[in-house]
Amino acid sequence: MDTLDGNALAGLFAEVFGAEMTNVTVTCRTCGFTAAIGETVVYPRLPGAVARCRNCTAMLIVITKVRGVNCVDMLGLA
Amino acid sequence: MEGTAVQRRLIWQVATVAAVTRETPSVRTIELSVPDWPGHRAGQHLDVRLTAEDGYTAERSYSIASAPGEPVSITVERLKDGEVSPYLTEELRVGDQLELRGPVGGYFVWEATDPGPLLLIAGGSGIVPLRAILRQRRRSGSDVPVRLLYSSRTLPDVIYRDELDSYRDDISASYTLTRTQPPDWTGYAGRVNSALLAEVAWPAHKEPLTFVCGPTSFVETVAEGLVHLGYQPGRVKTERFGASGGR
Repeated sequence: MDTLDGNALAGLFAEVFGAEMTNVTVTCRTCGFTAAIGETVVYPRLPGAVARCRNCTAMLIVITKVRGVNCVDMLGLA
Repeated sequence: MEGTAVQRRLIWQVATVAAVTRETPSVRTIELSVPDWPGHRAGQHLDVRLTAEDGYTAERSYSIASAPGEPVSITVERLKDGEVSPYLTEELRVGDQLELRGPVGGYFVWEATDPGPLLLIAGGSGIVPLRAILRQRRRSGSDVPVRLLYSSRTLPDVIYRDELDSYRDDISASYTLTRTQPPDWTGYAGRVNSALLAEVAWPAHKEPLTFVCGPTSFVETVAEGLVHLGYQPGRVKTERFGASGGR
């Protein structure tokens, strides 16, 4: 499956965080790789949105919608 | 335009189709009248939401094709088996309404004050946000030097051909056709590879700012090739879209 990148989640991030996030730099907790959220690897058409590290593919950010409420998991960030 | 980027809740709103332009047999530009549009930056996109009669919704993100200050427009390519793009490219008429939200994105964005030179590399409909950047460069009176490399399947698949030709004396544009080339073709043939990048890209010591947009595999090849040429990864901005129509 073709992956996308974090740019595809710009709208969702803006909805959840109330601010532009794709230009924010994040560091992967697993491998230490640092990049803008816009550069992360995103798999389309999953239930929920997952942004993964472009270097080691570890999960960085997971956003799922449960009964209309967005749940944000950022445990993959250093 | 950065002054317009104040904190503002991102809401879905209804836009009306003001004009449609056929760009290629499978690509159409849709100009939208958006009552509460806060302004955008070159390279940003917007989300479109379609709702079926049974309540099923589909959302897609499209690059904004127009420069800041111009009417909002998107350029959409019809994807085989797409859920949204066949409707946007074939069914939608002037006066129809669409739900959208935006602008969104701040990573793949160019400002006239960004230090250059500029290298713009597009695969297929990846030219759309780069067109917004070229228009913004012209509107802002910027004289930052530009090199454009645009890869298409065939000559009729080249989007914005006349408009891009109008920059002939101003920017250095290179085209490559991957599938078929006309008999009198003087551009490049075949997919973008390291050799082609080495030929048309700025030398790395010029510290170019690069925007690469296209299908995922195209962007990966180009980004790797540029880093191999000595480009700083932080100065190579990338945006990928999937053949699945996720973007």
